[in-house]
Amino acid sequence: MAVTSTYRRAGPVQRFWGVIKDICSRPSGAIGLALVFAHIALALIGPFIVPYEYTAMNAAQMLSQPSAAHWLGTDHLGRDTLTRTLLGGREAILVTGIATPLAVLWGGLVGVFFGLVGGRVDDVLMRIVDAFLSLPWILKMLVLIVTFGTGIEVLIPTLAFFYGIPVIRIARAATHDVVARDFVQAARARGHGRFTIIWQELLPNVRDALLVEGAMRWSWMLLAFSSLSFLGFGVSPPTPDWGLMIADARGFMSFSPWGVIAPMIGLSSLIIGINLSADALAKALGIDRAQKAPV
Amino acid sequence: MTTPPKSNGPIIAVDGLSVGFRSRAGAWLPVLRDITLSVGAGESIGLVGESGSGKSTLALAMMGYLKTGLHVLGGRVDFSGIDMFAQDRQSLEKVRGGRLALIPQNSGQSLAPNLRVGAQIGEALRLHSALPEARHAARVLDLLNQVRLPDPASIARRYPHELSGGQQQRVAIAMALAGEPEALLLDEPTTGLDVTTQAHILELLRDLARETGMAMVYVSHDLGAIARVCDRVAVMYAGEVVLEGTAAQVLRDPSHPYARGLLASIPKLSDVCLPRALDGRPPPPGGAGDGCAFVARCAIATERCMVDRPDLSRLADGAKTRCHLPQQVRSIPLSGERNAQQRQLPAELSLSLGDLAISYARPGFFDRLTGRDTTKVATVEGIDIVLRQGETLGLVGESGSGKSTILKSIAGLLPPLHGQIALRGQDDLPPRVEDRSAKHLRDVQLIFQNPDESLNPRQTIAQILAQPLKLYFGLSGQALIARTTALLAQVRLGAHYLDRLPSQLSGGEKQRIAVARAFAAQPELVLCDEITSALDVSVQAAVLELLDDLRRENGTSYIFVSHDLAVVKALSDRVAVLYQGRLCEIGPTVDVYGPTAHPYTEVLLGAVLEPDPDFVPSLSASDVVELSPPARGCPFQRRCPKRLGAICDQTAPPPKTFAAGHTIWCHRDDLAAPQLS
Amino acid sequence: MLSMLMRRSALGLITVWLVSIIIFIGVEILPGDACTAFLEREAQGLLLENCRRDLGLDRPAWMRYGEWAANALSGNLGVSPDGQRQISELVGYRLRNTLLLASGAILCGIPLALFLGIVAALWRDRPFDIIVSTTAIAAMTIPEFVSATLLILIFSVWLGWVPGIVLTSSNAPLAEFFPEVLLPIAVLTLVMTAHILRTVRSSVIETLASDYAQMALLKGVPYWQMVFRHVLPNALLPTINVVALTIAWLLGGVVVIETVFNYPGLGRMMIDSISDRDLPVTQAIALIIASVYVGVNLLADLLTMVANPRLRTAHLRGK
Repeated sequence: MAVTSTYRRAGPVQRFWGVIKDICSRPSGAIGLALVFAHIALALIGPFIVPYEYTAMNAAQMLSQPSAAHWLGTDHLGRDTLTRTLLGGREAILVTGIATPLAVLWGGLVGVFFGLVGGRVDDVLMRIVDAFLSLPWILKMLVLIVTFGTGIEVLIPTLAFFYGIPVIRIARAATHDVVARDFVQAARARGHGRFTIIWQELLPNVRDALLVEGAMRWSWMLLAFSSLSFLGFGVSPPTPDWGLMIADARGFMSFSPWGVIAPMIGLSSLIIGINLSADALAKALGIDRAQKAPV
Repeated sequence: MTTPPKSNGPIIAVDGLSVGFRSRAGAWLPVLRDITLSVGAGESIGLVGESGSGKSTLALAMMGYLKTGLHVLGGRVDFSGIDMFAQDRQSLEKVRGGRLALIPQNSGQSLAPNLRVGAQIGEALRLHSALPEARHAARVLDLLNQVRLPDPASIARRYPHELSGGQQQRVAIAMALAGEPEALLLDEPTTGLDVTTQAHILELLRDLARETGMAMVYVSHDLGAIARVCDRVAVMYAGEVVLEGTAAQVLRDPSHPYARGLLASIPKLSDVCLPRALDGRPPPPGGAGDGCAFVARCAIATERCMVDRPDLSRLADGAKTRCHLPQQVRSIPLSGERNAQQRQLPAELSLSLGDLAISYARPGFFDRLTGRDTTKVATVEGIDIVLRQGETLGLVGESGSGKSTILKSIAGLLPPLHGQIALRGQDDLPPRVEDRSAKHLRDVQLIFQNPDESLNPRQTIAQILAQPLKLYFGLSGQALIARTTALLAQVRLGAHYLDRLPSQLSGGEKQRIAVARAFAAQPELVLCDEITSALDVSVQAAVLELLDDLRRENGTSYIFVSHDLAVVKALSDRVAVLYQGRLCEIGPTVDVYGPTAHPYTEVLLGAVLEPDPDFVPSLSASDVVELSPPARGCPFQRRCPKRLGAICDQTAPPPKTFAAGHTIWCHRDDLAAPQLS
Repeated sequence: MLSMLMRRSALGLITVWLVSIIIFIGVEILPGDACTAFLEREAQGLLLENCRRDLGLDRPAWMRYGEWAANALSGNLGVSPDGQRQISELVGYRLRNTLLLASGAILCGIPLALFLGIVAALWRDRPFDIIVSTTAIAAMTIPEFVSATLLILIFSVWLGWVPGIVLTSSNAPLAEFFPEVLLPIAVLTLVMTAHILRTVRSSVIETLASDYAQMALLKGVPYWQMVFRHVLPNALLPTINVVALTIAWLLGGVVVIETVFNYPGLGRMMIDSISDRDLPVTQAIALIIASVYVGVNLLADLLTMVANPRLRTAHLRGK
């Protein structure tokens, strides 16, 4: 039974720090958060700490081994690998950092709305969503990218749109769960309007699931973004990007492996950091997550 | 109920057992404290307590089993001389399910969903029976017969989810019997079952105990069930045994303040008044302090009780009690004194239901295509009820009776197929809640069964109570705070609850908040949907008292739905009995519970158990659970022990009026004769 | 149960139909059409109009969709832009090659995932579990092209055990693809196994904690009998769906792998056709992939219905 004492409920800011502290109390969560913050910090201050310009080519030094001047060597155009690696996440973090909240927002709202509406409209919508999800993600994105180009003004809405669709399913499922519960029926019986019910009853209960899902979305989106860059459909040269770097340096792996290893470490550490944080966040918020295949 | 013991000495001996878990801070918190108890061969002992008393933990410990996180802090448990906590896995496997078997609380969850029922019983036979394998199939059928399941061959082939709750429970009993146990542990085996089903299963257990000479340890919070099955009873509170004795000693005249308070807080059919609430809550594990665990709630507590923990002491009549003052215990009354039933009611109407019919089935997409009408047999039909202002109407029935469905329709959550719902005689209520005016919405309020579910877990109490105030009265700021505080006071809760979240409140407190929320609208009619069923026994009385207080202050009418006939009798002025969504009987409480009754009412009343070991229920109908009402004729035709013949199957029974306002729907003419024993 | 089967199949067909519409619309929004691609710089004026009329591209969209759909149903996926070869023939070899990869991954991945997942769950939080779970998370979260490149680096460049690139041509007999196909299959297996393993593990852990598993212990059922008879059959039910989802994912993930290894499969062809604005081929490939996805899901649904006693008898109780 609950012990009722003179506990006062903490305000929103205190609860936020409470969650952060909970995450940090687990070793995996602490590592994850540290990695994420490190990468964000790097993205912000990167340009000010790198030894070279990322475009600075030195023809005499192509594909050189690590040395005092170039700690990780140079790439096939003579550019400093360390510089490009440190800066390689900026575009990715920028694009996905904006696209992820957009995806969760639009997917969440649509999912909650249709979860409430129910009935045939909901069924039809889910058929369309299912049909959409049955196409490989690459295909869908390439269609838009090839049509409209690869600038970030195309990438951000494209990623946000496509990665919001699975969020619709999750938000809808969470809504169905909540709607069946008595307190929503009680609100309906009192005569509250539909939007009031969404705002006051549903969203606060769906919010946690969406937060965790949002964190996972970010990592899937980074995966997609870097894959697109790797295939040549994402960032355009000479912008440094880990995916692009790996694609470029692949052919020279046998004698200049750092060109591939360095961006791999950069990319992997960020994605693993996000995943560990998302896991710890889910545990801190008490959410039970089933593993699903990425879309 | 007893046969001569098979061996000397008790079959289960618990000696000074303490069990606990480690808190986050590292301290050991006890769940069981120094329990010493013994069960003789062939004896049935009941473990009574509410949630948190440790009774289930004790029963499982007798099998040498503890839930994850619990550890033995001291003492031992012996089964037939075997130290259960000192055994290795193989030895335990031989004993469990064989000589010592468990019947779990929720058999639906405890039977493997992927194996047929017969296969699961067969597994028990393979593990524990000496019979040769070739004879197992026949033995499975024997066992199913022994637990009185009709058509055992068909049942054996089914999966657990294809059986009803009562059938699942019987299968669990058959599975336990397969190993020919010397002792049986039963963990609340009839919780969640219908009244009639429960009564039948208890009779079965009684008979089995007699036939086989098994010892039984029966864990329950239901004193009526315990009275029927057990020779001896041990009452548990906060992890201790506080009273032990024969069933008559413990249930008729207990010598411990908690047991007396518990008995007083249970509504009984034989009572006229509301049960007496037991204030306060049991202490959490580790929170009992140095003195008696019950001291905070005890009416006769002294200084000594606060610092000196009493031991179990033997009284003159052989009972053992953990109290310093057993002589003064008799001053604690065993029943309540407040009479909730009203003699005079105002003539003004509150609610009228005219020929109401409701159906849950909604034609699906494919059904519409093929033109199939799935609403042919309505879930609820033919409801004509009139409620006067300030009246409390009780709706009773078992599962499938449609009582909650009717409440949902009145509240506008489930539009009826046809029929009228009107307030104050002429003000028609639109069937959908979305179409109702603000006045309508205020006038009819609904309280749900489970307080964990009906309060938004993310809102504070202040926010929860503010919602109706803002919606109906547009209050804000200071006025809002003043009114919410006043509401809390009405339900006897202090203002410090405003900032809390529901998860920080107990079940009883949460239900009070739900009541406060309903009364915030100043309603004319409050619909109570089983609002005490999810609460602990002693907490229910407090909610009933609260409802009565609020009615006296505000003149509110209630429709009180419950499956618990004693609770309904205590609170209601009039009662309606429902079966499969049709009215069987309606009238003043005194008359409905009296000797003139519809056959179904007789069956229901006969199955209710009193916490008195000499009380014998009368079971006239089988406990078959019906899934849907018959297409025509009397709804009770398939189970009625007094069925007349074809007329009951073909024609709907006509209403017959007896004393003022007492109507029974039946074809029989001889209902006025006294039938109940 | 037959009615449920038919219902699911009908829904599957509707999904494929919806997909075909989406594909058609998607391709319509791409600027240009077969004529602009074919005529390239001369695509203007009368020449363009004539070309369009010849190929029937001036008809309304729904008509063209209808013709395409009807053709597709009969197996005719159109001709390549230069009008020389049947698309179905071109696509055929690529599909076969991709299926080689996919089936290799499925045959290796599923048994491995089941074994590792179950063992990890039964010895939870022990060293084996920690290693397996961590590796699985790593394999799941790191992009496939990274894992692929890493494996090439280790096994091809440094150790030299297998070739790191596929040089066999598209229509060569299957046997010639060995040993080049080993590394791509290994990468796909790795990612597939990781996903399925995690679900298997959490499902088994959850079932071990269920009431009926505990009841089995309290009934005296020996531990291993409980695991195999009571726990596993129930724990593995939800994994059918995850396996289907993962197979579906495979269809997308194979694209990246084929690019990394230069493998002549359907995925590579899809990317090339989009870049080249080869619309009929794009449409054809998308339709094939979507149909496989829907088919696999349908199969999974049916398997679940057959394996789950609750669903099998649900219709009998009118629920």
